[in-house]
Amino acid sequence: MATAASTQAIQIGKDGTLGREDDGAQFLSFILAGEHYGIDILRVQEIKGWTPVTRVPQTPDFMKGVLNLRGTVVPIIDMRMRFALEEVEYTPLTVVIVMSVQSDTGDRLVGIVVDAVSDVLNVGVDEIKPTPDFGETVSTEFIKGLASVEEKMVMLLDVDKLFNVAELPLDEIIEKV
Amino acid sequence: MPSILAVDDSASMRQMIAHTLKGAGHDVTEACDGEDALGKAKSKQFDLVVTDINMPKMDGITLIKELRALANYKGTPILTLTTEASADKKQEGKAAGATGWIIKPFDPDTLLSTIGKVIR
Amino acid sequence: MAIDITQFLQTFYEESFEGLEIMETGLLSLDSGNAESEVINDIFRAAHSIKGGSGTFGLNAVANFTHILESLLDEMRDGRRQVTKEGVNLLLESVDCLREMLTASKEGAELDTQRIGDVHGRLEAMWGKSEAAAVVADNGNASNASTEQDAVDGWTIKFSPFSYILKTGNEPARMFKELRGLGKLSVSVITDKVPDFSELDPDECFLGWTLMLEGEIERSAIEEVFSWIEEDCDLEITPVVSNSQSIEQVPDNAPASSAGAAATPRAGASGGSESASIRVGIDKVDSVINLVGELVITQSMLSTTGEAYPLLKAGLAQLERNTRELQEQVMRMRMLPVSFVFNRFPRLVHDISQKLDKKIELKMSGEQTELDKTVIEKVTDPLVHLIRNSLDHGIEMPADRVAAGKPETGTVWLNAYHKGGNIIIEVKDDGKGIDKAVILEKAIERGLVDPGVTLDDDQILNMVFQPGFSTAKEVSDLSGRGVGMDVVRRNIVSLGGHVEISSVKGEGSTITVRLPLTLAILDGQTVEVGEENYIVPIVSIVESTQIKSEMLNYVAGKGETFMLRDEYLPVIRLYELFNSKPKHTDLTKGLLVVVEGEGKKIGLFVDDLLGQQQVVIKSLETNYKKVDGISGATILGNGSVALILDVPGLVRLSQQNSKNRLKLSA
Repeated sequence: MATAASTQAIQIGKDGTLGREDDGAQFLSFILAGEHYGIDILRVQEIKGWTPVTRVPQTPDFMKGVLNLRGTVVPIIDMRMRFALEEVEYTPLTVVIVMSVQSDTGDRLVGIVVDAVSDVLNVGVDEIKPTPDFGETVSTEFIKGLASVEEKMVMLLDVDKLFNVAELPLDEIIEKV
Repeated sequence: MPSILAVDDSASMRQMIAHTLKGAGHDVTEACDGEDALGKAKSKQFDLVVTDINMPKMDGITLIKELRALANYKGTPILTLTTEASADKKQEGKAAGATGWIIKPFDPDTLLSTIGKVIR
Repeated sequence: MAIDITQFLQTFYEESFEGLEIMETGLLSLDSGNAESEVINDIFRAAHSIKGGSGTFGLNAVANFTHILESLLDEMRDGRRQVTKEGVNLLLESVDCLREMLTASKEGAELDTQRIGDVHGRLEAMWGKSEAAAVVADNGNASNASTEQDAVDGWTIKFSPFSYILKTGNEPARMFKELRGLGKLSVSVITDKVPDFSELDPDECFLGWTLMLEGEIERSAIEEVFSWIEEDCDLEITPVVSNSQSIEQVPDNAPASSAGAAATPRAGASGGSESASIRVGIDKVDSVINLVGELVITQSMLSTTGEAYPLLKAGLAQLERNTRELQEQVMRMRMLPVSFVFNRFPRLVHDISQKLDKKIELKMSGEQTELDKTVIEKVTDPLVHLIRNSLDHGIEMPADRVAAGKPETGTVWLNAYHKGGNIIIEVKDDGKGIDKAVILEKAIERGLVDPGVTLDDDQILNMVFQPGFSTAKEVSDLSGRGVGMDVVRRNIVSLGGHVEISSVKGEGSTITVRLPLTLAILDGQTVEVGEENYIVPIVSIVESTQIKSEMLNYVAGKGETFMLRDEYLPVIRLYELFNSKPKHTDLTKGLLVVVEGEGKKIGLFVDDLLGQQQVVIKSLETNYKKVDGISGATILGNGSVALILDVPGLVRLSQQNSKNRLKLSA
């Protein structure tokens, strides 16, 4: 059940044509510390404003807590902290993107706190450039690739890998490349 | 659209029969034993009755006798579902007033063609 | 039109397993001397249904196997065959085989074909012994007409139905239509039997027909058309062979009918509990339960808003009553009687007591007591183990019982009842009880207890629940591998329940299992820890109390402890564990909630106690993962999430903490 005050639930209308497999796909881009990231739009369930969460003990700091989303308990993760970026104070403009993540145990809902949401990008398959190799110490499994859109570089994230508890534990901080 | 009353204490049988007959455009009502069937037959006129013999509460033979005693079911086609082993059951059914029988196990096509022959 | 029969298989399996249970219960009651014909009829009908269904749905092996079963039962119910103990045992074994076969077919599992073949063979042997009436021969037609025929050009058919034929629902027109499908048909009617108009009964048929059917048609095809009404008409089928002179007058087949067997009226209701019911998928029930949970929260939200307006407040009070009742009703949809678990025990006791050569009687009561479906599923294994224990280690051999002045037949009682929002299941036996001295010895041997420490009776008995504990001198095949009781307790605790044992040497033992009625709802006590609220399951709470400084102690290696009467309990400062900023850090200013988990008591230090309420349990693991010390979450009336504490988990955490403290202080 939505709480009273500050929820702005915005659904992404799928009014753009959805690209077919061979054509590429649509990504929702968001901003973190001035950088642009993109996630597969088909995984985005909704976008909300930030509302207070319930803390869960024995969890890493970037796991802010859990939220009630229409009767389901959803974990909310601060992406700045996950990527070891500088933390900021949440404002009324802070946004939470709720995504559906696939894992061995089924589909899960996870919410991520980002600075702001940007555009929906149409990215053709051939426009996705491979991720450069940063050496063994840095894990880049969760990056699908890089796309260049209007002179911005957007890092396209693979949400399943990013939040799959088995492979990349939700517990670990990923040193941003 | 002809309406059929399908009587069997086995739910899976009923479902199979109902599904098969409905697929052919018949209107099917299910009953789980003779007593249930008799009640339904009294409140709605059916064009054909298909019934198992061995059922709790009221068995098929008794059901047939009861149906034949009703004015509006005097000549309605009634078929029994009987296993191949019991020749006497077939005749028992006939003696009670059944029109004929279908031998179990049967496949849906046989059911359809037999019903098709008899239903008016 | 090809119809996919497999969609009905699920229902068929379900009803067949139910049917097998009916057979088993019936056979067991026959065994104890109850030879009521209604019981045998029920058993027969169940077998008959399974046979019919398995044939229809293509499970031929099952159909074959059941065929003999059905025949034997048919004879038994007609009185043509005696019901013997040997027969009942064989039939019971057959039920087992069928269960295996159906399960194997359903799940694609392995099948012990040898055992099944063996049982089948014994069934056949039993069948062969009696002089059965020729039930098998199905010779409706054809004994005469098996002679070869020359090619025929057609047939002449004289068809005179008896007057009542229309009353059987057979219309001559139908036969003609079918015959037309075989070849060219010409029909001429015979009217000599038609009476005067005044005597004409429209329900009767007074006509006869001569039919000419042209074409190369098999005689059997024509007979087939008339197969239903063989006895209801005069029928002559004569071939027309153009050149041949001889007219084969093949007389109408006298059907090999047994004389009009009177239909055995199956009057009266069957013994089972025939209640009106429908099958509903559990996922549907669960989603309704979720919706009702949401409704409760909404109504809770509204009621805080309505404080200011009297009419609104009254309306909301009523809404609350309605919602609560709706919720109760909906939760009850998932409840099933505990008989679902209990019904396997008569057979279990029967088989095991035979195997052990013991005389044991099982008495059950409270089978209609209801509990949640999931709880039922998970409590089955533990209960089976408890019963086996009683049978194996509890009840003595008949000779020993007599020597001890007890009746030869031992009794096991299985009892279920509701008490205070929980369900209690008792397993009691009048066997030899537990020898506390032996337990104590074993415990000391295993280093679980220091020698010289005095334990009271309850504490000694609770040792039985420790892992790896078994005092059985030989590990029997049934129980006594020592992996039993601790798993039993763990399973029951994971259901939010509690298990206790009491025993008197020489007289018997009683094991009491306490379970919540449902897994989805919890009675919770809200506690305040700093800025957060947590829910403590009431079932785990022993008591809550203020702390006086003289009751506190610091024990090396154990950390802070609190003295509750004569026990020392470890104190857990929840704010430390949860990293919160508490209102009170001084233990004497807050409250201590004493909880029990895994047989151990601990004290949880909280700032304050808030209200008690029923909460709907939401999973934390579904979208996140399991967190130590937290068993789930719930949505409060204000829409926020509150975490539910996992008391056994907290106990473990506290033990870990004290171990760590030991390490640090070392």
